[in-house]
Parts: sequence; structure tokens; C-alpha cells
Amino acid sequence: MQALDRKLIRDFQRLWAQALAIALVLACGVAILQTSVGMSRALEDTRAAYYERNRFADIFAEARRVPLSLISEIEAIEGVWAVEPRITGDAVLDIPGRVETAMGNIISVPQTGMSRLNVPILRSGRMPDPEAIDEVAVNEPFAIANGFRPGDIFFANLNGQKRPLTITGTVLSPEFIYTIGPGALLPDNKGFGILWMSERATAAAFDMTGAFNSVSLKLTASARPDVVIDALDDLLDPYGGLGAHDRSLQQSDAFVEAEIAQQRSMALILPPIFFAISAFLVNMVVGRIIQLERSEIGLLKAIGYSDAEICFHYLLLAGLIALAGILIGWCVGDWLSRSVSRQYAQFFDFPFLVYHTSYAAFIISGSIGLATAIIGAARSALQAARLAPAVAMLPPAPPHFKRSILDRLLSALRISQPTMMILRSFLRWPVRAAFTSLGLSLAVAVLIAASFIGDSLDEIIDSAFYQSNRQDAMLLFAEDLPESALEDIRRLPGILQLEGQQYGAAILRNGHLTKRIAIEARRPDPDLSRVVGDRGQTLNAPDEGILLSTRLADHLQVTTGDMIEAEFLSGKRGTYQISVAGTVTQFFGLGAYMDLGALNRLFHQSPQISVANATLDEGQTEALHAAMKEIPKLTGTVMLTTSRRSFQETISRNVLIMSTIYTTIALLITFGVAYNGARIQLSERARELASLRILGFGRAEVSYILMGETMALALIAQPLGWLFGSGIAYAMTSDFSSDLYSMPLILKPATFAVASLVVLGAAFLSSLLVRRRIDRLDLVTVMKTRE
Amino acid sequence: MPEMVFRTKHVSKIYDTGEVKVFALDGVDLELFAGELAVLLGPSGSGKSTLLNILGGLDHATSGRVWFRDLELTDLSDRGLTRYRRDHVGFVFQFYNLVPSLTARENVQLVTDVAATPMAPAEALDLVGLGHRLDHFPAEMSGGEQQRVAIARAIAKRPEVLLCDEPTGALDSKTGVQVLEALRHINEAFGTTTAVITHNAAIRKMAHRVVMFQDGKISDVLINETRLMPSEIVW
Repeated sequence: MQALDRKLIRDFQRLWAQALAIALVLACGVAILQTSVGMSRALEDTRAAYYERNRFADIFAEARRVPLSLISEIEAIEGVWAVEPRITGDAVLDIPGRVETAMGNIISVPQTGMSRLNVPILRSGRMPDPEAIDEVAVNEPFAIANGFRPGDIFFANLNGQKRPLTITGTVLSPEFIYTIGPGALLPDNKGFGILWMSERATAAAFDMTGAFNSVSLKLTASARPDVVIDALDDLLDPYGGLGAHDRSLQQSDAFVEAEIAQQRSMALILPPIFFAISAFLVNMVVGRIIQLERSEIGLLKAIGYSDAEICFHYLLLAGLIALAGILIGWCVGDWLSRSVSRQYAQFFDFPFLVYHTSYAAFIISGSIGLATAIIGAARSALQAARLAPAVAMLPPAPPHFKRSILDRLLSALRISQPTMMILRSFLRWPVRAAFTSLGLSLAVAVLIAASFIGDSLDEIIDSAFYQSNRQDAMLLFAEDLPESALEDIRRLPGILQLEGQQYGAAILRNGHLTKRIAIEARRPDPDLSRVVGDRGQTLNAPDEGILLSTRLADHLQVTTGDMIEAEFLSGKRGTYQISVAGTVTQFFGLGAYMDLGALNRLFHQSPQISVANATLDEGQTEALHAAMKEIPKLTGTVMLTTSRRSFQETISRNVLIMSTIYTTIALLITFGVAYNGARIQLSERARELASLRILGFGRAEVSYILMGETMALALIAQPLGWLFGSGIAYAMTSDFSSDLYSMPLILKPATFAVASLVVLGAAFLSSLLVRRRIDRLDLVTVMKTRE
Repeated sequence: MPEMVFRTKHVSKIYDTGEVKVFALDGVDLELFAGELAVLLGPSGSGKSTLLNILGGLDHATSGRVWFRDLELTDLSDRGLTRYRRDHVGFVFQFYNLVPSLTARENVQLVTDVAATPMAPAEALDLVGLGHRLDHFPAEMSGGEQQRVAIARAIAKRPEVLLCDEPTGALDSKTGVQVLEALRHINEAFGTTTAVITHNAAIRKMAHRVVMFQDGKISDVLINETRLMPSEIVW
């Protein structure tokens, strides 16, 4: 081994603590990049393989009742490769041993026993017999959650008839990678299941013999989806078509796609912060080393080492630091990427996981990590190479301090000399001080960005569950019932308060802009389900016209007073012109609200309801559920008490995981910046501090100078961090906003306070680690050492 | 007539600080011969180190010309000077300039790694009487020992010239003598042209020739008819 390489390795060993502090920050960037890339690829590959193997459809459509004879016409649409008609319907399930009712989505299995599209994968048992009328296969997560095995029996309320159903097997389907029941915010595998039933049985149950109400299409490679959708809509329209759509509106695929997109954007947002901080730290440390080794550089040049060799020597040092960071990052990233992908495969119901070790992810994250360190070291290394040997051998000139107006100001303020030393050093090395503060402020920002999400979600939960939806349960009906039906329901056991509500599936249009939504209609001044704005205000739908959420109004580009076209897809179908009576800003959904009376006047019918909202007497829950399982028109119930609990549990678990990760990240950044900063100061000031000790300054006074500088920079970093944190939080709220919800920007004083305390505490501990070295300072040796 | 190794012609070096011009060297003409041990004597700031730096290829003259044998150093590029230092020159400095993270042997190896026909590091250290301290780090050695490692490092490449800038400046008289003995030994055993800068007048007695510096100029050149052994020198 060459002597210069030995020097390199020993230098690296000597610098291990500083190198580690940098390597950990770099490792964060590498690991996050690798995890995001690895996971989004694993999700994409798994989804692609699953869709391919199980022939996941491209176009989906629902209708009221379509004769089977229409299939040949659908097949004739240009670009259609395969058509799969089927019958679907919802049912209230009565699961033995479960108090609450569950909901089931029933899907017919073709008489041949073989689906052409959206082919289910049998996980246990067998598919239902095509001739049997009381057999179902259920989705595996539903079976696992309820402890079902093939052969078990539960009951279903099928179109008014309660029937026992025998489970023949469990399956997974590409249509239900993410399963979420109607009205639910999160998957509830216990309370919502997918049931595959023979076509004969389904047709009989839903009165669909010779007809279908759902169709999936697979297209040829060259087909144009929008053209096919239009053609299919035209064909289904006379039969109550609800509008065909592509995969982007297929619930399960949309959720998976959103997750993949989030992973990809994660790879773009976070790692650059870590790489930038690492580059700055490498720059600071290598710069200082070169300053210390001036005479050695002069010597190497005197001996005959070339500029390039010397430059390369210091770049190698940066390279070693990078290597340590990259290796740590690779190990953590690979482990995280594998284990989180496995968790995703479970969270999403994939039958298998396609995980290829992404060598590209290794190479990309490694190259960026290495480039970061090299860029960080480049300026100093080039300076070392350019040092004239004769100059390098001379001791460096003492740093140039000048008296400025600020100095006169400080003198006037009678600031102590040690404080003056701290302040002068900022003026002498303003760039370094600025970057150190900047680095620490990013740590503060990361913490603010992490903790504001919890507060924002709290606000959303409060608005959704405690302000808008105050009912304990929602009873969903198969079809609209006259408002008078509420009187029958009121007689059920345990019902304390009851209000009806009507939903109308509709397409709203303004010129070429359209949106499929559900219009909610209520009586004025409801107590249970209310329209609530983002400032907590409650509103009533106007007597005439429609009230739109701001997000929906923006999408349709309409304002109060404009007319929009509403095409109702359910109930009394028809297209009507409605005036926009007002808009309301909300966190959730694309709300559109009408007065119950006004909507039914439009249809020329007596008021109808499709949902009943109720508050319940907890003592009578069991009796109520038992009674509900016998009501023929009921297709399901949503227990908001359960949703609230599970939603809050999931949210607080996720928030906890996230704040742990972000706090670790912030601590690593703080340690990396503060520790290295303090080490460099100590190295620069060793003689100065030793002189002060010799002059009679105590350890505490000398420590004040060393730690004071770090802590002063940390203090300056706070307002900056608050600003960056608020900026990142703002960017996140607009980034996370979707059709589904928008995130309020809730920044509480406590969020800022906690972030600052964590960073100041970590900075204090980091500089305390360096401070211990002052105790070990050998005053005589330090004074003898030539700079 | 011995072969000429260095020749300078009207060499000047001016440090321009913007406000004042400082003449570190002012028209110096000097010749150094093969196998010669020359002592460059003068007070601080008289220009001897500046001349040594120019002879060693560490610095350029502001004006005038410098030759090493037939090679003119005056207009050599940075790359050319690096090549020249690597192939021909050995340096010894007042503050040893050892790399603290390398052992004695490894410090010498720094040179042997890049030299064309070097001797083994152990052999070089043997020559300066440090054969038994090969694996010690600088911090584990006395000042005299460290300076002898620096000499070993300078001679390991078998240089034609050895340029020493105050080699005993940081040492006491006893250890200084050991270092001078090593220099004399190398000069005699290998015929290495050696130039020693000092402001210690006692050292001049071991030289073949003494070049006196004053205010950036050569004020006098003396030839020692009888040279003293280093052990006879006291300061």
C-alpha cells in the first residue's frame, strides 16, 4: 500500500466521529431514495404482474338492467378485445357471533365457472358450484378477519330474503387490491366482504335473469379508451347506464396508484435535503482538514507529488466518508424497501409480491451519494492542489478581522470579550455561519412538517366526525323510500334520534367540464348530518338551486348564480338545469347539497330518502342489529362509532410512526451539523482557548465560547426553521389535496415550540460532546504546536 | 574544476503587497558545485530561504534566470517543476514537516513511492541512525529523531541535491550535532550537493563554502580551508 493511502486511512480513522455524523445524514438520503424507488417499483411490478396474469379489465360500467342481447353490440365496439357481463348487488350480512350487521358486495361468477376478466385467484377451497344457489366464495381478508373457513355458514339479506350461505372457498381479485365499503373511510375487512356467487343464484336474488347490471371490458393495444367509453355509454344509456369509466376511477386501482405516486414524490422531495446538508458538512470538514494540513501539502509538493495527486487524495477522503454513508444507506434502504414492500403486499391484498432487487436503485443512490461528497469536497481539494508549495509551508496568516460599525455598536453595548469572540467569528466566516444555521433550521423544519400533519388530521376528524356527521349509524336502503318510512324505522329498538337523507348519483356539467358526484339532499336545520364549512360554520342547502363545495365549483369553473346541468343517474333519471345558489369550503369530498323538498319538486314526486341517520341507545345495540338484519329494504349499515374509533386508531398509529421517523431524521441532521461545527471551532480555536485557560479563564468560561457559538447559531436557526417548516407544511397541504379531501394548514405554537426544543436540545448535547475535549486540552502542547 | 549543479543569474524576487514592494532577493548570482556542502548564512529576511525555494523549484523568481545543470528552471511550468522536484531534489525543513499519521518508515515511503530509483526506507533510516525506530510515529520521537527521519526521507530517493532550511533551528545543540553528522555523512558517502540554510554562524565551520546573505544580496563568499567535524561544533 502506498504511504499516501495509509495516511488517508489513518486520517479517516482519526476523523471517525465526524465522518460518522456526516455519513449518517448521507445515509438517510441514500436509504430514503432507495426505499422509495425500490418500493414504488415493487408496487408497480407486482400490480402489473397481477393485472396481466388475472386479466384486469380496462373499462368498467354499471347499469340498472341490461339485456344479455346487448353483449354482441358491446363486443362490436372497435378496440374491444373481451367483454365480461355480470350481476352485482349489495346485501346486509348477518354473521353468527357478530352483533353489528356487515355488508357484502355480491358478484356473479359466469355459468361456465370461469371468469374471462378480473379472474379471481382461489386461495383455499373451491369456487361456488354453478348450479348451487346457496354457495359463495369470499375475499380472503374478509374470511381471515371473521375467522371463516370453507364450510362455514353466514346469512345474507338478498333482495328482501334472508338466506344462509355456505362458504366454499376464499379468493383474491385484482379488482379488490384495496377494499373499502360504501361510506367507509378505511378498509374494514370484518364488516365488509366481497362474495362471489353463481350467476344463476345472483340472477335469481337480484331479479336479473337474462340480464346484467355490470360490465368490464378489456381493450386491444391500439384502442382509444375515451372513444370506447363514449360508445359504451351510448349503448348502456337506455338501460340505466351509470357512466363507463377507465381504471383511474376504479376505486382499488386509484388507491394503489395514489400510493405509488406518493412514493415517487417522496423520492424527489426528501433526499435532496439530506444530500445538500451532507455536501455542506463534507465541505466544512475537508476544508478544515486541508487548512490544518497546509504544511503537509507543501511537503508533498516539495517531494514531487503533483497537484492532481494531492487533489485526488482529499477527494478520496470525501469518497471514504461517502462510502460509509452509502453502505449504511444501502443496508438500511434495502432492508426497509424489502420489509415495507412486504407490508404493502399485506396492506394491499396482493396474492404475491414481485420484488426485484433494483440494482438501478443501488447505483443511482450510490452515485448521487458519492457525487454529493465529491462536490462538497471539490472546492477545498482544488484549493489544496493550487496551494503554492512555498506558501503552503509558511504558517497561515492569522484570520483577517476588521473593525466595523457593528463592532463599535457591540463595544458600546459593553459586551464581554468572549461574547465578542463569538460574534466576530460569525462576521469573519459569514458563509459558514449561515450554512450551519441553515442546516439546523432544516432540522426544525422537518419536525414542524411532521407534527403539523397530526394536528391537521385532528381538525379533519373533528370536522368530519364531530361536526358534520354526528350520527352513530347510517342505515342504507336498496332504493329510495318515501320519507314516511322513517316512522317505521323510528319504532326499532334503541333509536333515539332519526333523520332522513337522500342521495342522488349525478353527472354535473358546465360546458365541457363534467364531474360524477352524489348530491345530498336534507331537510333544513338537521341535527345529525350537517353541511359544515372549513371554519366550523353550519349551512343549510338553499330553498332552490344547489350548494357546491368550493373544490367542486372550481373544478366546474362556476360561481354563485351560474347555471349547471345535472344528469341524474338514479331515481327519476333525467337532466335538469340547476342554479348554483352558493359555495362552501370544506376539507372532505366534492360536496353538492340540495334541499330535500327542492330536489323532489324537481322530480315531481313526494320527498324520498335513501339513508336514515340515527343516534342510538348503546344499551340496545344488540336488539337493534338483530331487528335490522330482518329489514328487507336495508342493504347495509355504517356504524360511525366504529369508523371513528378505527379511523382515529389508524391515524394516531401512523402519526406516531411518522413522527418517530422524522424526529430521528431531525436528530441526525442536528447532530451532523452541530457536532461537526463544534469540532471545527475547537480545532480552530484550540490555541486561543488554551491561551485563555493559561490567562486564568475557567473551564466554564472557555466552554461558553465554544458552545456559545454553536448555540447562538442554533438560536438563529429557529425562526428560519419555523419559516421553512411552515413553507413545507403549506406545500404539503396543497400537494396532498385531491378530489377526496384537502388538508387544513394547522400550525400550533406547540408545534414550533417542540421542534425548537428538540433541535436546541440535540445541538446542546452535540456541542457538549465536543466540550469534553476542552477538559482534555493539554495546554503546554497546544501552545507549542505550530499552526 | 568540479561540475556545476546550480547557477543563478541576476535572480530577484519581489513581494508586491500593493502598497510596498519588498525585495526578498535582489540580483543574486550564485554557483553551486557537485559534491559541495555549502552553508547559506544570514539574518532573518536576508533572502536565503527565498533562494532555496527557487533552487528547489518551490517558487518562481520575479526576474533573472536559474539553471539546474542544463535544465533552466526559470520558465518551467508547474508540472515541469513537480517533475524536477520528484527526480532531483531532497528537502529538509526546520519544523521537520513529518506527516503525523504515518510512522517513520511510512514517512520515508511517501518519497520512495514516487521516486525512480529509491533506496529502501529502512536503509535510508539506517543511514541516519534510526534503524531501530522504523515503526514509531512522529509523536513518539524526539525533535532530533524527527529531523533525522526528515533527512532520511529527503535522501531516500538518492537526490542529486539536498536543500536544508534551518535543519537544526528547532533543536538543541546536542541533537543538532547528530543531525549535522547525518548531513555530512550523506554528503561524503553519496557526493550529494548539499545546501544548508542557517543563521547559526557556528555551523559554517563544517562547510566547503559559506555564502553570506544580507538584504537580499550575497555579501560575501568564504572558502573553508579546514573544515570542522560536526562533533567539534558547539553553540
